[in-house]
Amino acid sequence: MSSATTAYYVPHSARWPIVGSIGLFIWFYGFASWLNDAPFGREMFFLGAAVMVFMMFGWFGQVAKESESGAYNTQVDSSFRLAMMWFIFSEVMFFAAFFGALFYARTFSGPWIGGVGGGGADMTNALLYEGFDYVWPTNGPGGVGGNFEQMGWFGLPLINTLLLLTSGVTCTFAHHAIRAGHRKPFILWLLATVTLGFIFVFLQAEEYMHAYSAMNLTMNSGIYGSTFYLLTGFHGFHVTMGAIILLVVMIRAIRNHFSAENHFAFEAAAWYWHFVDVVWLGLFIFVYLV
Amino acid sequence: MTSNVSRWALLSLVLLMMPLGAWADWGALNMPKGVTEISNEVHTLHMRIFYVCVAIGVAVFGVMIVSMFLHRKSRGHKPADFHESTTVEIVWTVVPLVILIAMAIPAARVLIKMEDFTDSELSIKVTGYQWRWRYDYLDSGVSFYSQLKSEHNLARQQGADVDLATAFPGESFNGEEDVYLREVDNELVVPVGKKIRFLHTSADVIHSWWVQDLAIKKDAIPGFINENWARIEEPGVYRGKCAELCGRDHGFMPVVVRAVPQDEYDAWIADQQLAMASKGDESERQWNHEELVSAGEQVYQANCMSCHQAEGQGIPGMFPAIAGSDVATGSIDKHLSTVMNGVEGTMMSRFSEVLTDADIAAVITYQRNAFGNGTGDTLQPSQVQSLRTGMTADNGLTLPSKVASMPELNSNTGVN
Amino acid sequence: MSTSDVTHHTPGEQHDHHDDHAHHGPAPGLMRWVTTTNHKDIGTLYLWFSLLMFFIGGAMALVIRAELFQPGIQIVDPMFFNSMTTLHAIVMIFGVVMPAFVGLANWMIPMMIGAPDMALPRLNNWSFWIMPFAFVIMLSTLFMDSGGPAGGWTLYPPLVLQMGDSFAFVIFAIHFMGISSVMGSINIVATIFNMRAPGMTFMKMPMFVWTWLITAYLLIATIPVFAGAVTMLLTDRYFGTSFFSAAGGGDPVMFQHIFWFFGHPEVYILILPAFGIVSSIIPTFARKPLFGYDSMVYATASIAFLSFIVWAHHMFTTGMPLAGELFFMFSTMMISVPTGVKVFNWVATMWRGSMTFETPMLFAIGFVIMFTIGGLSGLMLAITPADIQYHDTYFVVAHFHYVLVPGAIYSLMAATYYWLPKWTGNMYDEKLGKMHFWISTIFVNVLFFPMHFVGLAGMPRRIPDYSLQFADWNMIATIGAFGFGFSQLMFVYIIVKCVKGGEKATDEVWEGARGLEWTVASPAPYHTFETAPEINPGTVTR
Ligand code: HEA
Ligand code: HEA
Ligand code: HEC
Ligand code: CUA
Ligand SMILES: [Cu+2]
Repeated sequence: MSSATTAYYVPHSARWPIVGSIGLFIWFYGFASWLNDAPFGREMFFLGAAVMVFMMFGWFGQVAKESESGAYNTQVDSSFRLAMMWFIFSEVMFFAAFFGALFYARTFSGPWIGGVGGGGADMTNALLYEGFDYVWPTNGPGGVGGNFEQMGWFGLPLINTLLLLTSGVTCTFAHHAIRAGHRKPFILWLLATVTLGFIFVFLQAEEYMHAYSAMNLTMNSGIYGSTFYLLTGFHGFHVTMGAIILLVVMIRAIRNHFSAENHFAFEAAAWYWHFVDVVWLGLFIFVYLV
Repeated sequence: MTSNVSRWALLSLVLLMMPLGAWADWGALNMPKGVTEISNEVHTLHMRIFYVCVAIGVAVFGVMIVSMFLHRKSRGHKPADFHESTTVEIVWTVVPLVILIAMAIPAARVLIKMEDFTDSELSIKVTGYQWRWRYDYLDSGVSFYSQLKSEHNLARQQGADVDLATAFPGESFNGEEDVYLREVDNELVVPVGKKIRFLHTSADVIHSWWVQDLAIKKDAIPGFINENWARIEEPGVYRGKCAELCGRDHGFMPVVVRAVPQDEYDAWIADQQLAMASKGDESERQWNHEELVSAGEQVYQANCMSCHQAEGQGIPGMFPAIAGSDVATGSIDKHLSTVMNGVEGTMMSRFSEVLTDADIAAVITYQRNAFGNGTGDTLQPSQVQSLRTGMTADNGLTLPSKVASMPELNSNTGVN
Repeated sequence: MSTSDVTHHTPGEQHDHHDDHAHHGPAPGLMRWVTTTNHKDIGTLYLWFSLLMFFIGGAMALVIRAELFQPGIQIVDPMFFNSMTTLHAIVMIFGVVMPAFVGLANWMIPMMIGAPDMALPRLNNWSFWIMPFAFVIMLSTLFMDSGGPAGGWTLYPPLVLQMGDSFAFVIFAIHFMGISSVMGSINIVATIFNMRAPGMTFMKMPMFVWTWLITAYLLIATIPVFAGAVTMLLTDRYFGTSFFSAAGGGDPVMFQHIFWFFGHPEVYILILPAFGIVSSIIPTFARKPLFGYDSMVYATASIAFLSFIVWAHHMFTTGMPLAGELFFMFSTMMISVPTGVKVFNWVATMWRGSMTFETPMLFAIGFVIMFTIGGLSGLMLAITPADIQYHDTYFVVAHFHYVLVPGAIYSLMAATYYWLPKWTGNMYDEKLGKMHFWISTIFVNVLFFPMHFVGLAGMPRRIPDYSLQFADWNMIATIGAFGFGFSQLMFVYIIVKCVKGGEKATDEVWEGARGLEWTVASPAPYHTFETAPEINPGTVTR
């Protein structure tokens, strides 16, 4: 890299982590209190979130500054790469839990409730849910949440798929541009990516509103509603985060922080973006299509 | 230093041996053989793997101890330099694998046998409740609840100050005699020699119906039915427990199975059918105040005391007092609906299906007059009954059987 | 940048050489610990934290044992008893064993592989400083009206959903612990991959480093799954979802599958670093290299791999289909093979060595023997038809305490005695250390061995009161518990005494010591290996 030093950079001391811990504490203590309708819960929640945002800006700002000043050698750079890679892997496993729930409900417990399968499944249906037939999507024999419509794959979800796939392509174009040292196309491709990301989030919000108001499809719509909203919801949250990160990267690009060789912040954001993309493909197939 | 080590080692060995003196009866330290073919096979399997494990332990620890004795620096042993041998690595991968396969085959055989639910001759649905069991004989329509017997329930209260050994005399380590916490008000009666199918489910949280002598343990999952079976060979009383943590009184939901010859069983069923028919009459007839209070005391001790305590004083911060309670001295409607419907989101559960109309009337009358509440009120079973029919009709409150099978576990405020 | 060889310098000398770098000594005062990025400081913080939590979790265990001293309910309400069991387990697992291993990783891994520090020092600080907050939240639930969590550490719904308002706090505290562990593991992976001194090939790394690398993968792969599972609990409770409710088409058992997909690898997270520690100590005191290093590495990897496909052995009574039961029985049994390889390798390392029995070695040997006892009872549990009888009895409690207490905890004590001279520069009191070992070993067996008997005889776990036929052995176990518990005060005394002073330790400390950490001064200077040490094919690194 553009560094004069060969030593591995070890910061003297770090003040941001403790700010982060306190922020997290306020944030989630507040959230828990809010969930229980305790006083100040909501206020604490927002205060904690603000502290966290402040911390992120401080922490990442410091890292960016150090990076600019050439404190990081190639070895530091690969530490960052490794960390980002395995962080994304941990996120994959987080989604795996929810996909696991979806598969389990669809292939095991759903049919058992419907009387298909051995070891008491027939009796489950006969004794507890006589007359209940299992078909996906379901809100269970209790009809939890009342009748609802299934979210089709055509329309918004399909458009969203195309948007995200396109954004993956524009992101790659941005990468090629920076690698070739073309700053302006880089910023423009980034802008395209970020815009597509935000449009995705906007359309997803539309979809939710439609589902709630016109289809009676809510979080309370049994296991279908549960898996639908948690999977797409956490994904949507990740898209939002990814788009914000890319936006920050874009601003830094405008301020000329990156070079053809040194642009890991962008690469990390791009990896994240592709991960979000791939998760969406999984969602599109398993939540919407089949 | 060496002598120091061996002195400590010797001392510890001696101390370790000391508890062995307490081994009055080997059998009681081990898994019982049980009274079904399956339980016997499980026992054999258990002993076999136990001996294999002991043998492995003796071999491994033996080599270690020999080595620790011979190859110590204080004896002047010089270290060898070997640190690799593919041959031995292969040997001690393959040998354990072979041992494992030898264990897995009989285990799989027993397991397959256990899971064969075909050709049952009798079906009993077993439903777990916090903290009692409900048994429904699907073939004869007999059904009842079964819970810890009230003497035991009294004795196990915090600060009950009962000398358990005198109150429940029995031989330690002689399974059958020791009955503290192992007796219920209504036993599950079954015939010997029949393949009985148990269908397990639960009305609230997960429980697990376990009778060791039958080698049966199966979770009772709310909203699902699990199958299980047993063919009991000898008449007798077999005791078990709930084996899955199910809340505060998980330790106090025993199971008692009484296996009897077929003719005795038939007679018992007939009795039960008769008794069930007459239960209706109990609700219909007029009771007098004293009758209700004394019946109510029984119901209270069996069902309510574990939380609201013997003197109705409750446990501050956890369970409200009944003595002087606004509910138990105020509107009788509120009182009745508290008991019948429970309080959503708390441990005060819904008693409308667990207790009969007579029980409910009795316990409410009792609570309103005992513990210095002295309201003088009397609630008749017939009033409860009319309310119940009314309840079902006008606001769709669930019928007993429906509640048992389909708990509403999904409210926003949590279960119950 | 200095080119001097830092390996053999004391901290004082370093200061002279590097006065251009203000960060070479620790900053003074409390803020040193709050803002530190030094791997040794952070390791120390983790270790003290887990020692403190050990006494908190242990005090809870003593409440449990005191209540079980006699049949009848004497001391605590059953509800409080249940929250003691639950919190005891959570504190011991997430507050003691895991942080202690992370602390050791922090202290030792950079020194073992010749790195100047952990790969991501700032993140390292955060990983630690989340933990105290997590446990403040977790333990504060005990003081809330609705009490602490009382549904068992396994958090099975629907029971756990009956908990009062403190539920959300418990869930978020678990999230915090998860964030901390995942960040800590990422840091360890990055350190091991990226920070090894030139010449330190993977097959030259000490076993402790290997076991931690594999453990870190287990953590990164399973903790997020656990986070997902508890998130579903949270939404079932507060947002109306039906993951674990049959009425809405979900299934309470689904939680158990997701939980144990995390939970089983978790128990190997609690033991693999212990294997690493023991694999460092036995060669030292046998004065002979570790037998079968390569096969140890492969065995560790196989254990980790297998741990992902055995989870449902905790669920044999939930009514799985037969094929599932058979699969999980066979796969679980398979784990004994690689674990056996490890045990046999340790024995072979001892064989024809030249052994001495200082305290670390005593704890390591105690570990091998008693872990094996626990492992063999684990094998018995794997046999499904028998497990249906053992499940949820004290036989299971005996099994897991044997692998956890004289297993994981003993490895931690062994590690403490082994590396304490390197950390403090002083020798601990050997005589007291040996006494600590023997007293602990007697009592730990008096404590846990009888649990096998009462379990087989039919005593269920998680009960505050029991039938009279279990009385004698419970009384004995309780005596063992108090004996074991109070003898740990000795451990604290020995550590404090050693930190304060004592016979000065040499750099090598142990005659048979092998590895880079013994080439630096004792106490280890604040910064080690700022210039990578030279590692030739002949250098002994493990
Ligand atoms: C450090 C933690 C740890 C470790 C290492 C293990 C190791 C093992 N465990 Fe354990 N286990 C727990 C912690 C651990 N366990 C906990 C906490 C629970 C309870 C959770 C709860 O419900 O709260 C539990 C519960 C548990 C159960 C569920 C019991 C039940 O609830 O019904 C089962 C069932 O199969 C099991 C099996 C095993 C097996 C087969 C191993 C194997 O890895 C052991 C392998 C080792 C050996 C076998 C010994 C050495 C080998 C040799 C000397 C070679 C020769 C051997 C042969 C030829 C066989 N464990
Ligand atoms: C690493 C994990 C670990 C460790 C180290 C321990 C250590 C101990 N455990 Fe634990 N235990 C578990 C993990 C662990 N346990 C788990 C996972 C469960 C299952 C929970 C569940 O069912 O959900 C369990 C459950 C469990 C039970 C069963 C409860 C039940 O089912 O009802 C019991 C009962 O005896 C018990 C006892 C003990 C004891 C006596 C110790 C001793 O080793 C503790 C040693 C004691 C001390 C170290 C005390 C020191 C304190 C003092 C000297 C007093 C001074 C005090 C202060 C200064 C504050 N444990
Ligand atoms: C497992 C514990 C438990 C059992 C058993 C139990 N209760 Fe309760 N009960 C409670 C709790 C907790 C409350 C408080 C509910 C609330 O928060 O409003 C309560 C409240 C009450 C109240 C209202 C008291 C007041 O002042 O608010 C009455 C009356 C009552 N229970 C009667 C009974 C009767 C009758 C029985 C037995 C047939 C019984 N309870 C069994 C736990 C229990
Ligand atoms: Cu019911 Cu435990
Ligand atoms: Cu396991």
